[in-house]
Amino acid sequence: MLNFVNVISAWAIPIIIVFIPLYAAYRKVPVYESFIDGAKDGFDTAVKIIPHLVGMMASISIFRASGALDAMIGVIRPLFERFGVPGEVLPLALLRPITGAGSLAFTADLMKHFGPDSLIGRIASTVQGSTDTTLYVLVVYFGAVGIHRTKYALKVGLFSDIVGFVAAIVICLIVF
Amino acid sequence: MVNWIWLFFISVGFLFAAINGRIDVVTEALFDGAKSGVTVCFGLISILVFWLGIMRIAEQSGLLNKLAILLRPVVSFLFPDVPKNHPAIGYILSNMSANILGLGNAATPMGIKAMQELQKLNPDPQSATPAMCTLLAINTSSITLIPTTIIAIRMSYGSANPTEIVGTTLLATLVATIAAIAADRWYRSRELKTQQKTPIRKSEENISA
Repeated sequence: MLNFVNVISAWAIPIIIVFIPLYAAYRKVPVYESFIDGAKDGFDTAVKIIPHLVGMMASISIFRASGALDAMIGVIRPLFERFGVPGEVLPLALLRPITGAGSLAFTADLMKHFGPDSLIGRIASTVQGSTDTTLYVLVVYFGAVGIHRTKYALKVGLFSDIVGFVAAIVICLIVF
Repeated sequence: MVNWIWLFFISVGFLFAAINGRIDVVTEALFDGAKSGVTVCFGLISILVFWLGIMRIAEQSGLLNKLAILLRPVVSFLFPDVPKNHPAIGYILSNMSANILGLGNAATPMGIKAMQELQKLNPDPQSATPAMCTLLAINTSSITLIPTTIIAIRMSYGSANPTEIVGTTLLATLVATIAAIAADRWYRSRELKTQQKTPIRKSEENISA
């Protein structure tokens, strides 16, 4: 099990980046030209996030440096640490469903302070990567077609966020 | 909501610094945080450029369509009340394939088109149908094969093994998605039961409230 997860981590990307171009070449796609065409979008995407990340990381940085973050985490830290879970990751769970840029900024902030290879860094990476921004998806999708009564969609989204958060912690504690 | 969170971080941070008599840290932290924001984004460029290049190849080779064919049985299981040849199914398939490959920019327009098609099947255009809720459930928990953004951030903070979280993320996202589908199924069957009792019943939740 443990070994299996690590094998996926190591092999997934190499297999994808060799399989896709080979398959495309077999289907007579001009692979390099097609690559360059798509790669242009990557730059735009990265540049477009700058305002979001600068705004969020600046505000989180103030919140942390002032001691407010520690005061907030201090309340729940003992409860989390009883299970061997660092309390530092809890704000991420609260931010993740609400703001994509905010949780990404918080993840980056955690890695900056504790290092990407710490347990905190690994849990934060897994939490951030494993779910999407529930509130954003809801607003965009239902807003696009003018649905006002969203029924149980929010409950289902938040429930899966909680399950995903717990799963991320448990899996990281087992694997690392 | 995002506005409030942002304001909360800044104003509560200011308050704490002021009370602790360390107001000088606010300005310092502000510049430091802003600088980190730019550094992180610059770190993203390399990976995003390469990854989206590879994904364009996947798109043009028809791999996205291949993936859609594989997903078809899953989709007909998830959306039992959408007719098999309805255009909504096609958009849902494209939406799911794009999500799996981590193409958020391609997934969202496809998802919205799927919503528009599902809206055509909707007897009450103000209320979400069960199929719409299912589409939302799989999109909020979205299975992603490779979390490229996270890998890039780990790289820029000097991780010894930036991709070591690919396996854990995949497992966690699978668990979250299964939970979402199970919860969606449960609510769907509960709604069916209440509908049989009272045919015209307005739903309780409102997103704008």
